[in-house]
Amino acid sequence: MTEAMKRRLFGVAALAVAGAALFYVGMSDMGDDLVYYWTPSELIAAAEAKEATVRLGGMVKPGTLDWDRDAQQARFTITDGDHEVPVHCTGNPPQMFREGIGAVVEGKLGTDGVFRTDRVMVKHSNEYEAPDGHPPEVQTTLVDE
Amino acid sequence: MISTLGQLLVMGALLCATVGTVTGFAAGSRRSRKAWEWTRLAALGFSGLMLAANLLMVYALVTLDFSVAYVAEVGSSTTPLHIRVISLWASLNGSILFWGGVLAVYTGGLTLTIGERYREYMPWTLHVLLGIAVFFTFLVASIADPFALVDPAPADGPGPNPLLQNHWLMAIHPPTLYLGYVGMSVPFAMICAALLAGRLEAGWMEPVRRWMLIPWTALTVGIVLGGWWSYAVLGWGGAWAWDPVENASFHPWLTGTAFLHSAMVLQRRNTLRDWTLVLGMATFLLTLVGTFMTRSGVFNSVHSFTQSDIGPVFLAFIAFTLVYSVLLLAFRSHRLDDAAEAASAQLGSKGRSTMALLSRESAILIQNALFTVFTFLVLLGTLYPLITEAMESRQVSVGEPYFDRWALPLGLGLTFMMGVGPALPWGRMRQEAARQRFVAPVGGGLVLATVFAAYGFVKPYTLLALFVCGFAAVSNFQEYWTPLRARMAKRSEPFGTAALTAFRRTRRRFGGHVAHYGVILAVFSLALSKGYKVEKDYSFAAGETQTFQQWELTFTGAEEVDEGFRTSRKASFVVRSGGSEIGVFEPRMNFYNTRREPIFTPAVHSRPTGDLYFSILELAPDGRSVVVRMMSHPWQVWLWVSALIIALGSLISLWPEPRREPAAKSEPVPQAAK
Repeated sequence: MTEAMKRRLFGVAALAVAGAALFYVGMSDMGDDLVYYWTPSELIAAAEAKEATVRLGGMVKPGTLDWDRDAQQARFTITDGDHEVPVHCTGNPPQMFREGIGAVVEGKLGTDGVFRTDRVMVKHSNEYEAPDGHPPEVQTTLVDE
Repeated sequence: MISTLGQLLVMGALLCATVGTVTGFAAGSRRSRKAWEWTRLAALGFSGLMLAANLLMVYALVTLDFSVAYVAEVGSSTTPLHIRVISLWASLNGSILFWGGVLAVYTGGLTLTIGERYREYMPWTLHVLLGIAVFFTFLVASIADPFALVDPAPADGPGPNPLLQNHWLMAIHPPTLYLGYVGMSVPFAMICAALLAGRLEAGWMEPVRRWMLIPWTALTVGIVLGGWWSYAVLGWGGAWAWDPVENASFHPWLTGTAFLHSAMVLQRRNTLRDWTLVLGMATFLLTLVGTFMTRSGVFNSVHSFTQSDIGPVFLAFIAFTLVYSVLLLAFRSHRLDDAAEAASAQLGSKGRSTMALLSRESAILIQNALFTVFTFLVLLGTLYPLITEAMESRQVSVGEPYFDRWALPLGLGLTFMMGVGPALPWGRMRQEAARQRFVAPVGGGLVLATVFAAYGFVKPYTLLALFVCGFAAVSNFQEYWTPLRARMAKRSEPFGTAALTAFRRTRRRFGGHVAHYGVILAVFSLALSKGYKVEKDYSFAAGETQTFQQWELTFTGAEEVDEGFRTSRKASFVVRSGGSEIGVFEPRMNFYNTRREPIFTPAVHSRPTGDLYFSILELAPDGRSVVVRMMSHPWQVWLWVSALIIALGSLISLWPEPRREPAAKSEPVPQAAK
């Protein structure tokens, strides 16, 4: 084995070790920021979902939106056809939000069965990717995190 | 008619690219003059035909020939002319054709400007570059054929996506980003050429760096313009959300920036060679990954990407390129060693140099490590949801806090290194002398942080960011100013003459410093606009006045405007500050015929010290009341200006050296320092 090969082998090995370490650090660091998607049915069925930050996706059930514009909060129900979850949103819902639209809310399911959120995202009905692929869902944070 | 002609042009381009990649191989391995001439011709042929195909598509879009599939997909008689032109990149198949068009510009530009120079490398470069062209032209000719014939032709089409029509930035942002993405194939091909040729002289790194700097600049500007577009159009008040498609453009930027710096170490100190090559190749691979991520729909869901044929084919191409790169590095890089040893034996020079801790090359090495860690962590966070969805079939997203938590220290560390590097010389220096060089930069950092602290910006991270900005700014200035002052003193030259001479002699380095100032400005703007963003929702009745920070806002009512291709509902706000009227601002809802949901376009009042941002949440149908989100973003505009400064810096570095005049006429042109 020549000197150059040894050096190269050492370099590759060092990079591999550093990469593995970084992978481990990155993965273990990500844990708290992982947000899982649930449908109302899954959320109701899963007991462990309580008190964890999750994303609940479904349709805003027509006739359930109660938006108090002065108090800046809204109540509505998210449904997937089988089950529904009442949602209490602290803050105004985003642009385009209305009954019958697909929406994703991020927050926690309380022990009283009400899902509390400060972050509502609207799913565009005609899914779209801009030329450089900007997000198909326009995100809006309702309250400063 | 156009359909057939377009397909013929594409087939011709495919033929040229295929011929060129084969003859390029022959010209490289057999050093055949004839094969080289054929390769050049084929490269120019591909370039011309592919460009012609693009122009033909633009012509079809402008004249609305609906018998062409792509025109039927995105054309409409109601769209204005300029939007018809930019519809070229409105949808998937057109954008792949456009990708080919940009590759044609680069291929043609490279072939023509390099001419007969670098004959050991150029055949191999064109061999690889035209190989990439074969792949993209094949896509255009087969599964993504935009010229396919529609029979019978529809009378009219739906028009391009409204988001494309909503802002003039959509005319510049995508092509700039494409120039960045596609252009990375040139340095990749050049690096492969060195490995294939089995030699790498510092002289060849010169054009490689140059051809990396061009797409890097475009990528930088493209990324910032994308952020601006998001800020000006999407109405959520931000420029960057760590969205997968945004990250896709950020990965190659990180590795490309690292490459531009480590290539200097390679040129100056003849070390970090393999590492530099890896960075250059990784940059191209990451642009492919980025294209795949934005184009295949993989991020809507892992399972959706197989619905388009492009996804799997693209994935296969990425895998091939990765394997090709790794094999090339593994089996050819020792040849570079042999060639270098032979050359140094001939010259009787010493081998590789050692690296002192207090030196510019060490600073660049640390910077490189930070960039690599940054790339790795962002890539990990971006791809993680794909991996989990594929393995557990469970949808998950990695939250912004993960990215922010890493980006903050890494970004500040990199800005700090941007001040350390220029303060240290190549080679080695005494500790005492080094310490002296950091006095002024540290002072600059402290001054900047103190000034802003006095104005109430006291959050610790903001202050830290301001400190590193000031530190880096003074350090970069000092690197230029110290030798300039020495020159003025020694030769008693006036400032103007000395500055001009110094600029001429160190033009490339000077350009680099200007680019550094652009980055510093971006960090500065981000630290203040993100750290001190204020956001509040208001509900207005017509005629009502409310106060947001120092502004008095009056909602004067709403009106509806028909603009032909869209209808706008505008809410008008009169803004007063300290009793005097500042202006009328009209955030609006734009309704397009082809789209059920309106697009909410914000209104922005920009000043150097900050933006006032209006975003409608809800406008009552009768226009008598509105819910509006007000935001204040301190020092926001400087983020957009930073792109301009970085581009200016690159331009200064890239500007060709003046042609040397006959020796007798003028004094010899001094060699620009690297």
